[in-house]
Amino acid sequence: MQMSIVGCVMGAFQIISLDGSADEEHLPELSTSQMLKMYRDMVLARRLDSWLMRLQRMGRVAIHAPSEGQEAAMVGSAHTLESEDWVFPSYREIPVYIARGVPISEILNRQFCNEEDPLHGHDMAVYGSRRHKIVPAPVPVGMQIPTAVGFAMAAKYRGEKAVAITYFGDGATSKGDFHEALNFAGVFKAPVVFFCQNNQYAISCPFSRQTATKTIAEKAVAYGFEGVWVDGNDVLACYSATKRAIEKARRGEGPTLIEAFTYRLGPHTTADDPSRYREHAEVEKWRERDPIARFKRFLIRRGLWSEEDDAKLHEEIEEDIKLEIEKAERKRPLKPDVIFADVYESEPWHLAEERDEFSRFI
Amino acid sequence: MERELSFAEALNEALREEMRRDERVIIFGEDVAVAGGVYKVTKGLLEEFGPNRVIDTPISEAAIVGAAVGAALMGLRPVAEIMYMDFLTIATDQLVTHAAKLRFMSGGQLKVPLVVRTQYSLGRVHGSQHSQFYPAWFLQSPGLKVVLPATPRDAKGLLKSAIRDDDPVLFVECGLLYHRYKENVPEEEYLIPLGKADVKRRGNDVTVVAVSRVVREALEAAQRLDERGISVEVIDLMTAQPMDSETIINSVKKTNRLVIAEDSVKTGGLSAEIAARVAEEALEYLDSPIVRLNSPDMPVPFSAKLEQEYMVNADKIVDAVSKLVG
Ligand SMILES: Cc1ncc(C[n+]2csc(CCOP(=O)(O)OP(=O)(O)O)c2C)c(N)n1
Ligand SMILES: [Mg+2]
Repeated sequence: MQMSIVGCVMGAFQIISLDGSADEEHLPELSTSQMLKMYRDMVLARRLDSWLMRLQRMGRVAIHAPSEGQEAAMVGSAHTLESEDWVFPSYREIPVYIARGVPISEILNRQFCNEEDPLHGHDMAVYGSRRHKIVPAPVPVGMQIPTAVGFAMAAKYRGEKAVAITYFGDGATSKGDFHEALNFAGVFKAPVVFFCQNNQYAISCPFSRQTATKTIAEKAVAYGFEGVWVDGNDVLACYSATKRAIEKARRGEGPTLIEAFTYRLGPHTTADDPSRYREHAEVEKWRERDPIARFKRFLIRRGLWSEEDDAKLHEEIEEDIKLEIEKAERKRPLKPDVIFADVYESEPWHLAEERDEFSRFI
Repeated sequence: MERELSFAEALNEALREEMRRDERVIIFGEDVAVAGGVYKVTKGLLEEFGPNRVIDTPISEAAIVGAAVGAALMGLRPVAEIMYMDFLTIATDQLVTHAAKLRFMSGGQLKVPLVVRTQYSLGRVHGSQHSQFYPAWFLQSPGLKVVLPATPRDAKGLLKSAIRDDDPVLFVECGLLYHRYKENVPEEEYLIPLGKADVKRRGNDVTVVAVSRVVREALEAAQRLDERGISVEVIDLMTAQPMDSETIINSVKKTNRLVIAEDSVKTGGLSAEIAARVAEEALEYLDSPIVRLNSPDMPVPFSAKLEQEYMVNADKIVDAVSKLVG
């Protein structure tokens, strides 16, 4: 199927069918090892996600926003990024970090707020890293979208090749931030990719209550650039659509809005109970469209993978995660004086005073 | 007749009673209808009052409060919910520069009887962008009232008054308290007037003015200090705008010592305004300098352990009072 450039929405762009067969004409140029790496990242993200859910239930980490079901959208898109590109994520993007090469040990140090937490226990953001060019995810929905545009405009001004990609949900498209940012990007032809994961829910609020349009992608038209509607559970389609958008941005041809149509299989966060607002049958229907199972069928069909390989991979990953959890949990907790760290370049006098006063209590 | 209700249940009852009483009262916000509120404050209201009065909105804080302003002009009494106080900044333009100004701008022809309910989540391990407590900013917005209930009973009576009030009211709840404990709440109807502080405990040696979450900490501290022979008067501010200076000043005139304990970061917080008023009007009655106990001038840490250390608590209040009394 043609990639549907909005204006003529036919159905979401798809490369791998549910049964694992492929639209040969649109297969992206990817080596076997690249594809296997994508598959591995998806499996690793899924297993880590399920561990984090359990760790939260056991009271060992504070909160988790699961990504189960959205791995194709995140891994497929993130695999198109070059090392100079920057990521402006939302709070559900662990698969993006994995695809970007962040070791899970860092993600876990973060979750356990131990002494090696790269964010010094300061934030709820799942992760952030200058080295990996990932800005910590803000809590306020959509806040990162205008920031990504400004970053992209500055990259253009400085003549750098960096492209900004920003991730957000269907719910975020109701924010003024989203609309103002897209308008800016259109006006200034900013090298930015807007990657919307339409997982059909914003906590309890269904997509139908978020917008009266059929797609998110078509909103790009109003801002003077292209919107692409893609099957978010098809990793190769997400890869191709994003690759095209990133290259276009790098060539100086401006922004693209990509809508990856997917489904959040789990709760909004560990604090949510989805049975309050959706039927179990709906979730089951979407389980049949599981992005990992679909990619696996594709790989097996082409003789690139086998059930034995798969079992081995799962086992290996599981061992790895367990080991890293143990290591992260054994590390010492953060010292209380980080409460006073990192808020200004140099500490003003009143904070020094408050720190002294404070230290009497700990 | 009395029975025990949690903070969330008491608020729910206030909304339910006001909606039954006055069909101009409508509710809208994110996840308020089908899900009954992320913290269950609006639970069951959709079922009782239907989708025209209890409305789930898109994630559009500016439009939520903006629409409340419009609906209030049209003669309704909207209660808009902003899920976290942190997200109120997005709607502040509508609240501060529109709602609070329309009566003034129209030369008194228009009124905007709306309530914006929100909550702060300090103490719930929600991180720095989910735990901010900045009611003090809104003291700079003439035209707006700012209410901060500390107990289930007060929350109910104050919310009912806020809904009936003809001015825009910012109603700041403490998320940590929603389901933490229950207390007796009268079954028969009652209102608690806006603009009045409440003396929650009588005492002679020191006045502790506390706000929202910290009122319970202050009462616990007072109890402990009492065992050591120190008599503490605890005042719950309840409404920050308009502020009831009189109750505070009368108390200071009696005790001659003042501690202010609340969750704002110290610089420019509610405590700064309270301290300034006492300094202006009762300085000569003070036997010792005013003490302010606030959050450090820092964003809240995410780590659960560090967050507990960051917060004002009964220990810190006991310590401060002990030092004052010497
Ligand atoms: C400005 C703002 N309003 C409300 C919230 C509370 N909230 C957190 S996540 C969320 C839903 C977001 O939905 P969506 O953008 O679709 O992303 P998803 O969670 O589905 O990944 C809401 C309403 C918030 N974090 N920020
Ligand atoms: Mg969503």
